[in-house]
Amino acid sequence: MKTVEEIKAAIEAGVPGAGVEFVSNPSPSAQHSLRLAPATALAVATFLRDDAELAFDFLSNVSGVDWPEKEISEKVKVTRTVTKTVDGSDGQKVEQPVEETVEETRKHTQPGCLEAVYHLYSVAKKHGPLVIRMRTANRTDHTDLPSLTPIWRAAEFQEREVFDLYGIIFTGHPDLRRLLMWEGFKDYPMRRDYVEPDDFEYEPTAHDEVLKRAQEHKSSEQPAEGSRDQGMTTG
Amino acid sequence: MSVAESKTEKVAGWNRPPVIEPDGEGELLEVAMGPHHPSTHGVFRMDVALDGERVIRLKPVFGYLHRNHEKIAEGAAYLASMPYTDRLDYFCSLTNNWAYALAVEKLTGQEVPERAEYIRVILAELTRVQNHAASIGFLIQEMGASGTPLMYAFREREKILDLFESLTGSRMMCNYMRFGGCRVDVSAPWLDATRKVVAGLPQFVDEFEALLSTNEILMARCQGVGVLRPELAVNAGVSGPMLRASGVNYDIRKVDHYGIYDRFQFRVPLGDHGDIYDRYMVRVLEMRESIKILEQALRDLPAGPIMDAKAKIRGFRPKPGEAYGRIEAPKGELGFYLISDGGPNPYRYRVRPPSLINLTVLEDMSLGQNVADVVLIFGSVDIVLGEVDR
Repeated sequence: MKTVEEIKAAIEAGVPGAGVEFVSNPSPSAQHSLRLAPATALAVATFLRDDAELAFDFLSNVSGVDWPEKEISEKVKVTRTVTKTVDGSDGQKVEQPVEETVEETRKHTQPGCLEAVYHLYSVAKKHGPLVIRMRTANRTDHTDLPSLTPIWRAAEFQEREVFDLYGIIFTGHPDLRRLLMWEGFKDYPMRRDYVEPDDFEYEPTAHDEVLKRAQEHKSSEQPAEGSRDQGMTTG
Repeated sequence: MSVAESKTEKVAGWNRPPVIEPDGEGELLEVAMGPHHPSTHGVFRMDVALDGERVIRLKPVFGYLHRNHEKIAEGAAYLASMPYTDRLDYFCSLTNNWAYALAVEKLTGQEVPERAEYIRVILAELTRVQNHAASIGFLIQEMGASGTPLMYAFREREKILDLFESLTGSRMMCNYMRFGGCRVDVSAPWLDATRKVVAGLPQFVDEFEALLSTNEILMARCQGVGVLRPELAVNAGVSGPMLRASGVNYDIRKVDHYGIYDRFQFRVPLGDHGDIYDRYMVRVLEMRESIKILEQALRDLPAGPIMDAKAKIRGFRPKPGEAYGRIEAPKGELGFYLISDGGPNPYRYRVRPPSLINLTVLEDMSLGQNVADVVLIFGSVDIVLGEVDR
């Protein structure tokens, strides 16, 4: 198989303006990947599948990855000029600019995003894997990516699963519904900041914290019309 | 599959399920097959729209057994997920262990000693034999032959599970493989017992085939039913015996050369028509090939350590990076995708479940068929719900 760099060059020759980025993988597996720009992803994916030499006709795996916002603090050595009072040659105090190196901690936030990772193989040429990935603009309101289901049908259920568990909206997917969670479920359970639902319902002997939450919950919840309890009391 | 053929096919929607029109007489009947239908192998539902006996629409519904295995694994150390992989496809816990161990070994660059590789092959092929036997047994059971073939399969499966139990301590939840090797060494009495069981397997397959392969009912119900085109099978990510029954020569043991499969002589059985009968036949032939591998592996098993001496048990923290490792599990391509951030837990842990992805084409195979055949088509996919829903 061609190396990932060669594939990148082939894509750039085949799809002008593809905007493919090489992502290095430092682990011993050395499975480097290519990051596609969402705008050109469909064209690049079609090229990868239909190019006679690459022929990545088998999409093996689709997975979502959540990268929440991260505050990175790094120590940087900064050289700055400070004015210092030094003893002059004639015994008088003279102010003189002196260069000084200081270590400074700088903080910056890395913006969060959701990522979809695809592992491609070729059944015709028996090579692979090629890892391609796409990133959403953010994790809140722009979580859409182009769906690759029209190109590889294998993505149909897997993209539904990523939509279900991560909340990436795949535009162009023929049937984008939740796959594993039930209809009407609100949150995305695989996100890193997902909070598990309250456990008071499952606690047989509620006490302390859990009991307090259960009581709060009971008082806030209106009894449903025609619920079983009502039926029991009215006979 | 010729390249030219698949090129001409690629008009828009070529890989979508066909649209079947009702004949206009009578009403459509919508049936929820499952989640407690005995033919669904667990808790799985197919929402089917029927025009008489004909299937017009079919939508699979998943998630009844969902426990978010991937999320749980992100909160546990690498090794702590190993026993949990047993619960994915609970028929084939040892191949699940292997796939996970292989992915972690790719992530860390660990080497597996030769003896451990041989033991892995022996256990994986035993798993394949018992899985295929049981899946054929269930398929025939769904065809209406209550019990007999399934009991024949289970008799043999029981012998193999006894071997697993005496080696790993558990019949189904084996939790046997470790990163860089295996948990315990095999003993001489265990090897003798295994040789005995393997020596009896060809006779079992002969008996099974004499009972089934030319059975008139089986042929009538299976031949030409549930046909899957090779181009669609590849495009839909179908793997394992189902892909090979459609005539696509793709066996990960041959393609990826993982483990030590290069050292063994075995062939890859292929189907011609891609129907249920071919899937049945490919599984029977794969059992025969597995027995061949078993005989060679049991003959050549070398002495030596079973764990990588440099394997780190405590404080296991792979360097940042990612790896995708896959093996040819009995049901298809089982892969694990791991991302490490340098911590003791995986940052991302993803299972590529062959059962779920093979179901992508269930609708395509079933549309236009009789509702009774849907049960067989579904049975020929060979799924386990523990893996579909994870």
